Amino acid sequence: MHAGLTDKEIISRVLKGEQQLFAALVDRYQNYVFTLVLRFTEIREDAEELSQDIFVKAYRSLADFRGDSKFSTWLYTIVRTSCITFLRKKKLETTSIDNEKTLIQLENRESGFKANLVESKSRHAMVNEAIGLLNPDDAQIITLFYKAEQSLEEIGNIIGAEPNTVKVKLHRARQRLKEKMEKYFSHEVHEIQGD
Amino acid sequence: MKYMKYRVIKKTRSEIENWSELCINKQLISNCMNTQQNMEDRLWDYIDGAAGAEEKSAIEKLIDTNQEWKRTYHKLLEVHQSINSSDLEMPSMRFTKNVMEEIAKYHVAPATSSYINKKIIWGVAGFFLVMILGFLIYSFGQINWANNHSADIISPNLNKLNWGKFFNNTYTNIFIMVNVVLGLMLLDMYLHRKKEQLKKNF
Repeated sequence: MHAGLTDKEIISRVLKGEQQLFAALVDRYQNYVFTLVLRFTEIREDAEELSQDIFVKAYRSLADFRGDSKFSTWLYTIVRTSCITFLRKKKLETTSIDNEKTLIQLENRESGFKANLVESKSRHAMVNEAIGLLNPDDAQIITLFYKAEQSLEEIGNIIGAEPNTVKVKLHRARQRLKEKMEKYFSHEVHEIQGD
Repeated sequence: MKYMKYRVIKKTRSEIENWSELCINKQLISNCMNTQQNMEDRLWDYIDGAAGAEEKSAIEKLIDTNQEWKRTYHKLLEVHQSINSSDLEMPSMRFTKNVMEEIAKYHVAPATSSYINKKIIWGVAGFFLVMILGFLIYSFGQINWANNHSADIISPNLNKLNWGKFFNNTYTNIFIMVNVVLGLMLLDMYLHRKKEQLKKNF
């Protein structure tokens, strides 16, 4: 219905009082926001609640969006700050491959994969699982770059770093992802290659 | 005794040799890792399309001629394509509805720039700047530059400073009183707003 409108057009109309138009922005960005939040929270229920809060926050401070950057970049900045606050509140430790919880999760994931051959052949599922094993910062940078189509400069604005630093972080994140895929999903990778 | 000395010398020599060997190995490993890292960084730039025209053709040549580069390129490309092919996670079907129900309770808050008066911020900054500058000018004015002993440059004059003169001053007392009153007013406003919010929520 509002597919033809740009983000900035929607925002200016929302600011003029057409509150219902904000739903178009929610529809447009909910998957990106939810994916980014899930990289931090790991629990879907928490991610859904936090994503809702993020959209409410974005709506309330919409007048502060000056249009200097893309709306998505501005929104992902709110995502990042909200996720960091959430983690601080919950006192969650960043996932590390060495901790027990992750190893248990990994075992479950591996057995789940083996139990279902169709699922084990899904490249999408495998990559998502591997991204889930990264620490939240790495996972977020990869998601922002590949899925949210943010440039290195824009990611720099979101995480508060120079583009060159972002580039190095992205290289490292991809390197770690490659290692995880080789270590835990080599079987699936070979199957995919064999198809 | 002589034999003991010989053993110690022999042991030390062998330790030194092992250590130097270790150093050489470490250096080689480190060089090797750097080369590998450099190769991967350059390949990632190439895959991302961030490499310049010259760099691009140089990398293409390396991929064509060098087996190591070719193998690493295909590995990285596979990771790149895998990430690209991954899907976004989706929230529940009711997500948009839930958000819209939630925001129906609120209004868009006025832009921060509209209610934060920049003149006040500049005024506060100016006040502190003047205070710091005044203090610095006064301090430097007290320094005895002719004195060569660095330890005695400031301390004797600062000891002479009569702090009581400043804090017994009527203007200073008035300034402190005004600040206290302003602080109490701010606290009252904050508590009042909190009370209003609580009333709204229940």
